Amino acid sequence: MKNRAKFLAYPYLVWMAIFIVIPLFLVLFYSLTKGNIHDPSSLSFSLESYARVFEVNYLKVIWKSFKLAFISTLFCFVLGYPVALIISTVKAKYKSILLMFFLVPIWMNFLLRTYAWMSILSPNGFINRLLSFLGLPTLSIMPGQTAVVLGMIYNFLPFMVLPIYTVLSKIDRSVIEAAMDLGANKIRTFFNVIFPLTVPGIISGITMVFMPAVSTFVISRLLGGNKELLIGNLIEQQFTVQRDWHFGSALSIILMIMILISMAVMSKFESDNDNGGAPTW
Amino acid sequence: MSKKIIELNNVTKRYNDVTAVDNINLYIRENEFITLLGPSGCGKTTTLRMIGGFEEPDEGDILFDGVRINDVPPYKRNINTVFQRYALFTHLNVYENIAFGLRIKKVPKDEMDRRIKRMLKLVELEGFETRHVDSLSGGQQQRVAIARALVNEPKVLLLDEPLGALDLKLRKEMQIELMNMQKNVGITFIYVTHDQEEALTMSDTVVVMNKGIIQQVGTPVDIYNEPENRFVADFIGESNIIEGIMHEDYLVEFSGRKFKCLDKGFQQNEPVDVVIRPEDIDITEPDKGLIQGVVTSVVFKGVHYEMMVEGGGFEYMIQSTDMQPVGVNVGLTFEPEDIHVMKRGS
Amino acid sequence: MVKFLKRFYLSLIFIFLYAPILVLIIYSFNESKSRGHWGGFTLKWYGELFRDRDIIKALYYTFLVALLSSIISTVIGTFSAIGIHNMGHFGKKLALNINYLPVLNPDIVTGIALMTLFISLRMQLGFLTMLLSHIMFNIPYVILSVLPKLKQMNKHTTEAALDLGATPSYAFRKVVIPEIMPGVITGALIAFTLSIDDFVISFFNTGPGVTNLSIHVFSMARKGVKPSINALTTLMLLTVVILLLLINKRTTKGDELIP
Repeated sequence: MKNRAKFLAYPYLVWMAIFIVIPLFLVLFYSLTKGNIHDPSSLSFSLESYARVFEVNYLKVIWKSFKLAFISTLFCFVLGYPVALIISTVKAKYKSILLMFFLVPIWMNFLLRTYAWMSILSPNGFINRLLSFLGLPTLSIMPGQTAVVLGMIYNFLPFMVLPIYTVLSKIDRSVIEAAMDLGANKIRTFFNVIFPLTVPGIISGITMVFMPAVSTFVISRLLGGNKELLIGNLIEQQFTVQRDWHFGSALSIILMIMILISMAVMSKFESDNDNGGAPTW
Repeated sequence: MSKKIIELNNVTKRYNDVTAVDNINLYIRENEFITLLGPSGCGKTTTLRMIGGFEEPDEGDILFDGVRINDVPPYKRNINTVFQRYALFTHLNVYENIAFGLRIKKVPKDEMDRRIKRMLKLVELEGFETRHVDSLSGGQQQRVAIARALVNEPKVLLLDEPLGALDLKLRKEMQIELMNMQKNVGITFIYVTHDQEEALTMSDTVVVMNKGIIQQVGTPVDIYNEPENRFVADFIGESNIIEGIMHEDYLVEFSGRKFKCLDKGFQQNEPVDVVIRPEDIDITEPDKGLIQGVVTSVVFKGVHYEMMVEGGGFEYMIQSTDMQPVGVNVGLTFEPEDIHVMKRGS
Repeated sequence: MVKFLKRFYLSLIFIFLYAPILVLIIYSFNESKSRGHWGGFTLKWYGELFRDRDIIKALYYTFLVALLSSIISTVIGTFSAIGIHNMGHFGKKLALNINYLPVLNPDIVTGIALMTLFISLRMQLGFLTMLLSHIMFNIPYVILSVLPKLKQMNKHTTEAALDLGATPSYAFRKVVIPEIMPGVITGALIAFTLSIDDFVISFFNTGPGVTNLSIHVFSMARKGVKPSINALTTLMLLTVVILLLLINKRTTKGDELIP
């Protein structure tokens, strides 16, 4: 019985080879070649595309992508952790309704959410109308980095809160009681017991915010205009406007590698924390 | 004697390089309550699964009513199984769980109702028809699993450690209930357990297995009183197993003395293992004992005391209501029929 | 005091979450097309929304792709999960790691990688490629929600069915599928929502004439304001809230049924 059932997976193994593995190898292939993509005979091995990635202009863009994603992730964590903590402590009957209203915005279309911020932040948007109505000087947030970061925080905050909340709600009450029983006050209990236990949730929250933030091209395009290009926009342009697949593929590979490195660093932090016990801050 | 319903002839089963069942021969008679007993990994569950049809033997034959059934799939065998941890269908209620096999056989509705009612009565779960199986206690789930198997009126019921997940008190109650059920329905039970007490309590026949090999087959009394080798003596109950020499028929030497015994048929001066059960040894004055020794430890066990006595180059375990404190010199006595001589095993 | 702080903080966060949407809702009833100016109450943007053939078409493609891709990926994903569950240790690990790639990779990389595949195969980008790409990124989520249910299932459950006389295919239909059904439904719902919400992967893998809602909003937002988007946002919010309330009500009812 057992041995026969495994054949059910074989069609999907073929599917994965075609739709997951081969496309990624194609990207790798195009990143390592130059020539006309529509004429296979013109393609030749080249590291030119990778060399271009390291030109100052592009390095600046990559640096900015990581900087903005990092800032947004940090804000999401600082704003989101208390939210998760508060929701986990309210009475059970309010909990599900609070959680539900927290989730409504992410069930709305991602583009509509970003569009909503456009109509608030744009030069003659809601905020500036309000300010001038009150006789105050208007702000020029959008297009700009502040608007991009705000859009990222707004869109990705729930992805930070949810995993932390899940871990918090699974903590055994008796662990907290044991800490208090052993003489820890509430603050000590939080920093020495609750917080370390939520580290796995924080790690997945950070991943779930950082990843889409660093690779976005929608938020930067809609809220940052044409002047706040991120690595996502660069890649998008290579495939839609410039038609330079080689450079676009090289950028994608670099993006994947940098994300892999960030994740490796993070999982190392997680296992260090497991060994060390107490939090490092 | 009733006829043989299941026969295993030279059956071997291997998983990769591990031989789980090694060339065993066994027959099971109709209406017998037979137990496969042994430590985990001894091959008892594998043997049961081959009878149930979930594994195919690599070598040898399995006969059911004299017909070879090696490659007959489980759903074509007139055998049903009560699984470890029950394996109930959690998406069905109690009634539908029990009805599962009957629906496949397309039993008419009124007959099905009648048979399920009778089963629920047998397992004392009347009124539980519409209950969700997840809402039942362990003991109740256990009964549903038994009813689900028995309702199909199999010729043989296989039970794979069915009481393993229950607490001690419930286990004892279910042991009695299972024995009664087996007598009432009159079908063959093949029972697998690692609990020697359970095996001795319930079975007509006990099959002791170790490392894929059958060590001994016999009635509970035979197995306990006349263990055939060191493994069986050690696994069933507590034993003192002493190395000795068989001088001639009815005369064995151990602990530096010769003793009369009831065993014969060994070669002259053959090295043997001697078994004396702890409850068969009595404590007397030192000079009246067959062996003299010193009490080294005493533990109260409820019904009796368990004492260790060092003497005659061996540390004897003794179970007795007559307690002697640590450090006292005592004598040990036993009768010739309490001495069991076994071949020195591998 | 602590309680007040908690409430105050949560309120601020909820204002942050809902303020942009509320502003859009107010604008959707604004007679004036200009953003800052209140020209009186109107429902005309809703009328315009339903007369806008492009939006209706985008909605049609969004739901069609979501429906088809979630059904297909649920079927493939469920069978594959059963297969993977029964594979040997090494094969299982390999299959699961490859299965994880689309989950872990940034959408933009998945999107352009699929696009290079389709173009290299000389396929015309359009409805079919968009559907294929949605199936591709949905299956991993279905597998990941079905696998835990398979692990939870008592390993002897299938054998118990066979033991009671069920053929392997009967056991599969009447026992295995019902036992893992909660995971299958979760997987299908995740697939449906991901598909409805997707922008990045659709953006790279669709062709002329075929857009979904996200792509349509993106191109409209780049061109400038269109008050019918405000009306659309209002309707979307309403739908989501009603759906969530229904689901919430159903699950609390379900809890009561279990004694």
